[in-house]
Amino acid sequence: MSTDVSTDVSADVADVTADVADVTADVAEVTAEATRYCLSQTPLREVNQALHAAGLEGEFIIDQPFGAHAVAVGVNAPVKITVNGHVGYYAAGMNQQAEIIIVGNAGTGVAENMMSGTVVVKGNASQSAGATAHGGLLVIEGDAAARCGISMKGVDIVVGGNIGHNSAFMAQAGRLVVRGGAGDGLGDSIYEARLYIRGAAASLGADCVAKEMRPEHHEELAGLLKSAGFEDDDPASYTRYGSARQLYHFHVDNTSAY
Amino acid sequence: MCGIVGLHLRNPGLHPHLGDLLTGMLCEMENRGADSAGIAVYGDPTWTPAGRGALSLIEVGATTGEVATALGAEVGAEVTVTEVDTMYLITGQVDSETLLAAAKKVYPRELVGGFGADLTVLKGVGSPTSLTERWGLRNAQGWQGVGHTRMATESAVTSAGAHPYAVGPGQCLVHNGSFSNHATIRRQLRAAGVEFDSENDTEVGARFVAKQLADGKDVERALKELCATFDGFYTLLVSNRDSFAVVRDAIACKPAVIAETDDWVAMASEFRALAHLPGIERARIWEPEPEVIYAWTREEVAA
Repeated sequence: MSTDVSTDVSADVADVTADVADVTADVAEVTAEATRYCLSQTPLREVNQALHAAGLEGEFIIDQPFGAHAVAVGVNAPVKITVNGHVGYYAAGMNQQAEIIIVGNAGTGVAENMMSGTVVVKGNASQSAGATAHGGLLVIEGDAAARCGISMKGVDIVVGGNIGHNSAFMAQAGRLVVRGGAGDGLGDSIYEARLYIRGAAASLGADCVAKEMRPEHHEELAGLLKSAGFEDDDPASYTRYGSARQLYHFHVDNTSAY
Repeated sequence: MCGIVGLHLRNPGLHPHLGDLLTGMLCEMENRGADSAGIAVYGDPTWTPAGRGALSLIEVGATTGEVATALGAEVGAEVTVTEVDTMYLITGQVDSETLLAAAKKVYPRELVGGFGADLTVLKGVGSPTSLTERWGLRNAQGWQGVGHTRMATESAVTSAGAHPYAVGPGQCLVHNGSFSNHATIRRQLRAAGVEFDSENDTEVGARFVAKQLADGKDVERALKELCATFDGFYTLLVSNRDSFAVVRDAIACKPAVIAETDDWVAMASEFRALAHLPGIERARIWEPEPEVIYAWTREEVAA
């Protein structure tokens, strides 16, 4: 638990909330810089529909989410969206193109099935962060809980703290970078995703093994750390994990089991 | 699904607002389970006046006057019976175990909601919004409360099937999930002399914890034993008069979030149930780790 992270984030959220306490309009407040929605006044469905408008561009701010589910899901436009506060399940799910910043913690399945774009969680994320995501970059500055990157299919995920058990389960493609440690069963039944872990892994799942860091891996990891804002990390302090490829084909020695 | 909420107040200044805060938390979890709900409140001065034994009975087939007379005669002391929706809250100038024994003798077929000094248990069938309205929960006071919104999977939608399960003195257990080996453990407990009210999986968990505590274990050791014995999915909130504990199974697929400030400790299935608590913006917020027991105890206050 990186409780310091969440405390800091909460403090940020408190400041932001105080700033917008006097926003009373029941429609979006459009300023020169951004379009602003307050979820305690505008229904979530209205906000999400507005974010799905054809030809959408510019910046958007969503205040007071109070743990709501499905905030800013299904966006498919090159816009910047800032969510001030903690969000519930599936925030920024299915994202395409957008840069979505959550100034708080995220519940289950943040950025699940993301296709492209960037999602940044300033606090911690609950289980199944980035599940099945095909592309884009997911940055969780705090910890991610169990099943981070489960069945990831091409997304890049960078976690500032630790990840929980069964992370990268059946991870097919993409890169997962963890600046802290990993829980039990890391990379169980992994395919061709590459995992870079700086701390210890409590245990490795079936067919997941540590692998040599060759120059191309140092280069790849340095690029990922830089894109997530952690360029000061030394790539040499990380261990690469991946598939031993022993589960890919039926092993003839197991014939007697049938 | 199902939703869990719990609030343990450290700041006595908040005690008058317990019911209001708990109502808000419970109703926020309505769409995790709207078929039935239940709550436990510790320390409401109207429902359970200080110094009196207390007992909650579910859907009794007699009037409040008849119950007061019958139980009063049985225990040899004045007994008060208050009707709250479908529940009877019974208090008297005797200890709670004496009241319980009398109720079991006089009304052997009626189900006990819970018993213990300062403890009120209310449960019923319906949406959390309508039930909390009928109970008048917003006006309740006290130092601790727990609640559950149920989406039934394992047994019937009845008041008896609603949580909390409050089977030991002053104890309550609420559960999100399902136990898979409950039948085996129920058989073992029955063989050890433990009586059951239902075929509900959660009741087995509650009886198991109550037996561990009765055998002299503390809450943390009882819950460690539960983790070692029970198979299935669970987030559990286990309370007694002075403590409040949370545990999740090893897989941890049932959600839970804990928040803590100097004024209170709260847990819920989802953050949105905590989002309106006073001072939440300054709270330490985290997701409990699997099979780690988180427990808080208030300073012992004599019954």
